[in-house]
Amino acid sequence: MTSLTTPATRQDLTVKPCEKDLLRFITCGSVDDGKSTLIGRLMLDAGAVYSDQLVALQSESRKHGTNGGEIDTALLLDGLEDEQQQGITIDVAYRYFATQKRKFIIADTPGHEQFTRNMATGASNADLAILLVDATKGVLTQTKRHAFIVSLLGIKHVILAVNKMDLVDYDEAAFESICQDFKRFAAKLEITDLRLVPLSARHGDNVAEPSAKMLWYADGSLLHQLESVYVGSDQNLRDFRFPVQWVNRPDETFRGFSGTIASGVIRAGEEIVVLPSGKRSRVRSIVTMDGPLEEAASSKSCTLTLEDEIDVTRGDMICRPGNRPHVSRHAEAMLVWMSEQTLKFDRPVWFKNSAGRAVGEVESLRYEVDVNSLHRKQSQTLGLNSIGRCALSFHEPIAYDAYARNRETGAFILVDRITHETLAAGMFLEHDVSGESGEGLADFQRARVIQSHVALERRSQRHGHEPFTVLLTGLPASGKTTVAKQLEQRLFELGAIGVLVDGESMRQGLSKGLGFSIEERSENLLRGAEVARLLNDAGQFCIASFCAPEEATRQKFLEIVGRHRVFHVHLDASVAACRARDTTGRYAAAENGQIKGFPGVDFHYQSPLSADLTIDTQEQIDVNELAGCVIAPFHRGDAASPDRSKVVPDRDAIIPE
Amino acid sequence: MDRTQSGRGRGEAWPAPPHLDALESEAIHILREVAAAFENPVLLYSIGKDSSVLLHLMRKAFFPGKPPIPLLHIDSTWEFREMTEFRERYARQELGLRVIVKINEEGRAAGVNPFDYGSNAYTEVMRTLPLKEALTEYGFDAAIGGGRRDEERSRAKERIFSFRDRSHRWDPRNQRPELWSIYNTWRRPGECLRVFPLSNWTELDVWQYIAREMVPLPELYLARPRPVVQRGHDLIVVDDERMRLVEGEHPEIRTVRFRTLGCYPVTGAVESAAATIEQVVQELIETRHSERQGRAIDRDEACAMERKKREGYF
Repeated sequence: MTSLTTPATRQDLTVKPCEKDLLRFITCGSVDDGKSTLIGRLMLDAGAVYSDQLVALQSESRKHGTNGGEIDTALLLDGLEDEQQQGITIDVAYRYFATQKRKFIIADTPGHEQFTRNMATGASNADLAILLVDATKGVLTQTKRHAFIVSLLGIKHVILAVNKMDLVDYDEAAFESICQDFKRFAAKLEITDLRLVPLSARHGDNVAEPSAKMLWYADGSLLHQLESVYVGSDQNLRDFRFPVQWVNRPDETFRGFSGTIASGVIRAGEEIVVLPSGKRSRVRSIVTMDGPLEEAASSKSCTLTLEDEIDVTRGDMICRPGNRPHVSRHAEAMLVWMSEQTLKFDRPVWFKNSAGRAVGEVESLRYEVDVNSLHRKQSQTLGLNSIGRCALSFHEPIAYDAYARNRETGAFILVDRITHETLAAGMFLEHDVSGESGEGLADFQRARVIQSHVALERRSQRHGHEPFTVLLTGLPASGKTTVAKQLEQRLFELGAIGVLVDGESMRQGLSKGLGFSIEERSENLLRGAEVARLLNDAGQFCIASFCAPEEATRQKFLEIVGRHRVFHVHLDASVAACRARDTTGRYAAAENGQIKGFPGVDFHYQSPLSADLTIDTQEQIDVNELAGCVIAPFHRGDAASPDRSKVVPDRDAIIPE
Repeated sequence: MDRTQSGRGRGEAWPAPPHLDALESEAIHILREVAAAFENPVLLYSIGKDSSVLLHLMRKAFFPGKPPIPLLHIDSTWEFREMTEFRERYARQELGLRVIVKINEEGRAAGVNPFDYGSNAYTEVMRTLPLKEALTEYGFDAAIGGGRRDEERSRAKERIFSFRDRSHRWDPRNQRPELWSIYNTWRRPGECLRVFPLSNWTELDVWQYIAREMVPLPELYLARPRPVVQRGHDLIVVDDERMRLVEGEHPEIRTVRFRTLGCYPVTGAVESAAATIEQVVQELIETRHSERQGRAIDRDEACAMERKKREGYF
């Protein structure tokens, strides 16, 4: 007697939370730095070790441990027999543990010089890297090499874990000096989020719990930081890319294209283009076994059906007509060489990327990178574990993006056509239209910040006021443009220098070609933020008038311009009121489905949480009165003899409503 | 707009996908890659929870079509009866899939059994050998298995697409580097890759996914009154008349369930009151015991697993 076992209902699932998010990280460092001890300690302290494993660990620690009979957490890790005997690790090992908040996948890579290839492998899927440093040794060449590879592979979040703090008496100064040392070096790399954590893996100090021995350190334990680091914004949601993996034709009635969304978002009904053919169609539906989806985003595996019968095969790339990857038979890329046999030029090799495969050749080597000094050097070829910039050509056009912009569509491997071994991992560089070697484009130096010789104070003196930005937000037809124009005029009459930047006008020029999807709206607002910053840097004021429906993007705006400079005014009115006074017909068009993703109609408007000033524009707007409201905080001088120095937003002057 | 449909409410920033969704998408991607890049792939179907999850993911990957990949079950002839019944009724009849069953007839004729031969020799004859034979006989160039990297220490370094030579041997020092989700699927005629879509799943992930997706499973995973004998630390269920009892052993009825399934004489049950999938998940979270302790096969030697892998056993 058998039966199919299925839960009666899902509602009675008592296990909460069933859904966590996932963080993949890589650990770099050598055995001597205490890497295995740290990983073992993390897993042990996070409760990821089963009781019978713990019993085994205790007896093994007594037998083979290096911790004086105390638990040696490093013993949790070693897997392969020969390695157990040699006491080294020679390959990427993956470890798993979970806390209440997150599931973690650790790519544990060996720290020895000859294993660059393993590090690149482990880093390729990681969101974050832990670089381990021995507090008694400080930042070594090896640390720099690891940091460089991590940055080359596009990891944005790095934790410098200074281990063995017990050997330097938990001394803050020792920790600080190592941090300063590393920061100086890291400034050359593309690491956007660097955290510095002191710890002792052997004793468990500051690994899972803050340590009483390091009260001077207040940023939380290593585990706490792993649990709280925000990696959501690392996803590319701007550029829709769908590499077709498999054509799904079960019978004559169905023809779908299956794959995993590499980046961006797609909705049913949107126009698409298939590359390299350039044929266009619309998405008819997004098919999954759990039912059709209205929209799907980056990393989702799904199946698209199209309105038209166009020819699409495995290896094609589906994207939006207004936002395409490069399609070319030539490209420049960084290669990490992974084979014992050296790079041979003009010899056909297999190329494979997220979409499919092609035959290509490496045409030339522009330079090799010395991973220890980061200097470029002229070189005849690439050998095992070397890294260099190459020019490639393909026998057919390839669709790709620069790796810096898109980790999914910018990555590839090269495979030997005879032995089938993986020769190299590659990362495309920005398409080089000039055909020159593109010095500077692929520079590891971050783009330089050009410091002006004209100090901001001098600009303010000349204009007679500090630079500032007024961000006006609200639903379409909530009165933003009206208020913005009035405000601009009045500020000008007060003698202030500046200009109005309107979200809609941006689309005539700077944002030409951007659509109205969520991510394109965000992009428009962020470009507006850059303009505001430029104006402010020139000492001028900027009035930025944008719908800005999403809180997260508004926060980014504040970050770009600088919170202290922005005065955020929100015009608050219900959708019904805005719709009633809309003279442009946009609401009607949105309701008929002619405009998709329209805030207030089929897109939720998140009201700001912390506007400096919220003005109710529910009723009919008296423009003069309203502009008066907005200008009040800016101008409290005598209207007859305007005192320009007063033309700065004064948050204290706002009368609470 | 239905939030569950879209994965988010309208107008919110995209959250990171919950871990089960991320694992599911990754596994579906791997399964489609196998279908697209190989001529003659097969799913190694053991009827246990991991291959049941794989089967479910296969259905999702190729929906609305039927999975284009057949199932291969290496039948040791010592499976729980319920497993073979489940295979026939669910995989073959309900899903209408092609199920190939391979038995080592020589071993069966010679009466190879887990009682007299020791778990290593028995496994070699009734599982490893027929598996290699079937792969060669049918010319499969990719074999999808339910192996997970968290199961056993030596698996931590296993690739998702794991290369095997013509003798189906795994050489830990000769594995291809595996970057991003771009898999090197090239092979020569006669070579076969093992593919592990559940590599990044843990036992808990598997169970939570089974609960969330209502994946059909044999009832052996749920606690029911069953006839058992106690041997050392193991509770062995007397599944049919072939069970050999030692002097003085009397089967008694106890409420037990299985954490892994295999051949009944060498698969230990655990005493448990977890009669639903949810209760199993709950129990799993509460009792932290390594899942493979129910298999005598692993305890022979510390690194038995790795040796078995080199010989071609999963």
